[in-house]
Amino acid sequence: MPLGAYLTLAALVFAIGLFGVLTRRNAVGILLGIELMLNAVNINLVAFARFSGDLGGILFTLFTIAITVAEVAVGLAIVIVIFRVRRTVEADHLDLLRG
Amino acid sequence: MTAEIVAFVGVAVVLLGSSLAVVLTPNLFHSILYLAVALVATGVVFLLLDAPFLFGVQLLLYAGGVVTIVVFAIMLTERLVGRTIRQASRHLINGALLSVAVFAGVAGFLVQAPLAGARPGISGDLTVAVGRALVGAFAVPLELLGVLLVIALLGALYFARSES
Repeated sequence: MPLGAYLTLAALVFAIGLFGVLTRRNAVGILLGIELMLNAVNINLVAFARFSGDLGGILFTLFTIAITVAEVAVGLAIVIVIFRVRRTVEADHLDLLRG
Repeated sequence: MTAEIVAFVGVAVVLLGSSLAVVLTPNLFHSILYLAVALVATGVVFLLLDAPFLFGVQLLLYAGGVVTIVVFAIMLTERLVGRTIRQASRHLINGALLSVAVFAGVAGFLVQAPLAGARPGISGDLTVAVGRALVGAFAVPLELLGVLLVIALLGALYFARSES
């Protein structure tokens, strides 16, 4: 398959993830959308690495995967703390910082 | 070549279908199960791109780790509140419009850009090359990553500690 096919697939997944981030009310649902977007970016990185013959993209993907896992762990810990304090994980209800 | 096209189309259908299910199902738990399917499909895309090591990492960290953590988080929050969390969506039309616009923008760049049609051949084992680079030129970023993981671990522990 040409490079364009992989990039188009990644762009579609990214758009779907963006849709999830924009439309979900639940904080965990928003996190899942972010996961999808990060995965799409990883597909792009690996595809570019493979088609340009440069190893950098694959190494970068390893780093982004590890950082994403750390992000999810901290993000979900924050969600649980918010849930303890506010008894909700609806993003619309968490507007204390709104001016 | 044809086998590769069939595999790519099959994986693409599974990936896009499960991704859509992740953002559209009302049940949060089903959403996570579909996310697991999408993550495994992404791993298969890595496999199609001759990166079997990344496929393993994807399975272990994403499909294994992230999905487990999210399931735990949902179990904990549901247990705390004592009822199943429904998840509603809002601004469906605006979100769809913006997502389609972003995709159209990216696709516009893809159409204009001169993209490689065929991939170059691999010289040697890619996994060996990745391993050598990780302890060679990329050793410092790798160590920094270890520090980041420890900090994230401590941060998550701090947030999730008990009240007393």
